[in-house]
Amino acid sequence: MALADKDRIFTNVYGYQDWGLKAAKARGDWDKTAELMKRGQDQIIEDIKASGLRGRGGAGFPTGLKWSFMPKAPTPERPSFLVINADESEPGSCKDREIIRHDPHKLIEGALIAGFAMRARAAYIYIRGEYIREAETLFAAVQQAYDAGLLGKNAAKSGYDFDVFVHRGAGAYICGEETAMIESLEGKKGQPRLKPPFPAGAGLYGCPTTVNNVESIAVVPTILRRGATWFSSFGRENNKGTKLFQISGHVEKPCVVEEEMSISFRELIEKHCGGVRGGWDNLLAVIPGGSSVPLVPASEIIDCPMDFDGLKAVGSGLGTAAIIVMDKSTDIVRAISRISYFYKHESCGQCTPCREGTGWMWRVMERLREGKADISEIDTLYQVTKQVEGHTICALGDAAAWPIQGLIRHFRPELERRITERKGEGGAMLEAAE
Amino acid sequence: MADVAFPDEAETRARWGNFAWTAENAAQATKIIARYPAGRQRSAIMPLLDLAQRQVGAETQTQGWLPVPVIEYVAAQLDMPFIRALEVATFYTMYNMAPVARYHVQVCGTTPCMLRGSDDVMAACKNKGLIKGKTTPDGLFTLTEVECMGNCSSAPMVQINDDNYEDLDYDRTVAILDALAAGETPKPGTQEPGRHTVEPLGGPTTLKEMVSGNHDYRGDW
Repeated sequence: MALADKDRIFTNVYGYQDWGLKAAKARGDWDKTAELMKRGQDQIIEDIKASGLRGRGGAGFPTGLKWSFMPKAPTPERPSFLVINADESEPGSCKDREIIRHDPHKLIEGALIAGFAMRARAAYIYIRGEYIREAETLFAAVQQAYDAGLLGKNAAKSGYDFDVFVHRGAGAYICGEETAMIESLEGKKGQPRLKPPFPAGAGLYGCPTTVNNVESIAVVPTILRRGATWFSSFGRENNKGTKLFQISGHVEKPCVVEEEMSISFRELIEKHCGGVRGGWDNLLAVIPGGSSVPLVPASEIIDCPMDFDGLKAVGSGLGTAAIIVMDKSTDIVRAISRISYFYKHESCGQCTPCREGTGWMWRVMERLREGKADISEIDTLYQVTKQVEGHTICALGDAAAWPIQGLIRHFRPELERRITERKGEGGAMLEAAE
Repeated sequence: MADVAFPDEAETRARWGNFAWTAENAAQATKIIARYPAGRQRSAIMPLLDLAQRQVGAETQTQGWLPVPVIEYVAAQLDMPFIRALEVATFYTMYNMAPVARYHVQVCGTTPCMLRGSDDVMAACKNKGLIKGKTTPDGLFTLTEVECMGNCSSAPMVQINDDNYEDLDYDRTVAILDALAAGETPKPGTQEPGRHTVEPLGGPTTLKEMVSGNHDYRGDW
């Protein structure tokens, strides 16, 4: 069953219409927000739990449950904060940008309601620095909300005082990690913190903090208006709701589109992207959730349901639902090597396995790309990825390791072919260990 | 831009030692600091460095950079040690530690753009005389390869100053660089004729009512 337009949350996702407050209200935003809030904090959290909403930033943690970890009675000396993660930098991901530049009031209204539900004093929206025009829109939209009395004292006449501030990043992928984001907001280098303590205990300025993705927050008002059962009527058990999918790479028509969770890969691509370039037989592999999840070969992805569990079953993950499609013209080793370069570039340098490992892995990948290696080095590389994975403070080390593991798992013959064709010429281990 | 060598300190100090906010930016700085709780003014370091870089840019007709005396000035305003401000300036890629040109051409080369032809975009830049990591002799263009800019469904793309140019190929990139060199302002966003933003080319497959009017779907709920 296809998702109907009336059940789409982000109706202005393509920006055909104005993003401003007046047009947003005409589309249904900020409609009796105070009444939604009258349900009370605990009821809102219960509703979000019942809706089955899982975090849209990649990890898929249940959103309502996350909110319930916040203290029930914050003090003025130690207020609670909501931090909204708009540091969208995962290669392949481009959905939060569309929400921010075309439907910002969904996000701002969601910030108020979510902030109220978790008893936060204010929200900081951390938007990546490169989203310059998008940040201009967001600043202007927040100002519109203040001018209309929807934020600030007695926000939206709800009796609750709530502020929303926008903070621009300056070009660091790692700040999308929640504790790095908090560090960055405090005016430091964005280097992740050790957990525990978790942000809900000690986050921004040492105060209880919840970090949520833009999409997770922006869907909240609609879920409350239409009811938890409406939202949970989409998708398979444990994978509920609608989702913004972002399709890039070798499809006829790349796009961002809101669809039902658990839609099959084939249906998604056929319906919205005009199919794979050169037809289905030309599909090589897909990275289904942003660069940090392992690739899935064509045969396994075609009829896979696009949701958390479906993609986990094929050894990958939904991540941010950023689907990178690769046809048979792709130099698959180069595609993954470029991702390795990305992680080398973005490693914050705090933990040795990641700081040294990402560069090492990239250099070996570059040699494998040209076949300037020994076949035994494929295993050595695999072993190194296993030594990086799980041995760092944050998940960037894992994210750097998984794409390579996926490549070796599914395309080992291709790696070996390149080496054999060069007949072992060139490249010693020493080169990589510079 | 931690890889770039810092320019000569004596020269920098002679030129930028007297840096101070313009009246407009001083007011903006006060507004920015007020976004953070009292006593937490250090949080404003990132927006203030950005503001300072833009002011340097305005004074030099470029995209700006952060000379050491400017960083010192910002650090002093926020009552934080210089080294903490320098750490921030060198950690984040958007702060330029050396001068850049009037147009900072930032080509995305990460996998989604690579699959859609960022090599051609790079080649166009190269054939126009732009060299990665360098500024052209006329001071017009600095070329940088950057990591994923979040425009993957309209890839490949380039960010030039504050605007994105998407759905590029070799010829479209050349056209944009030529227009900028001629002092024109090319239309930002997608360069694909007939495409609006990130809908499928040829028109959206969903939400078609939204194309012509601000449709309210609540009546169908």
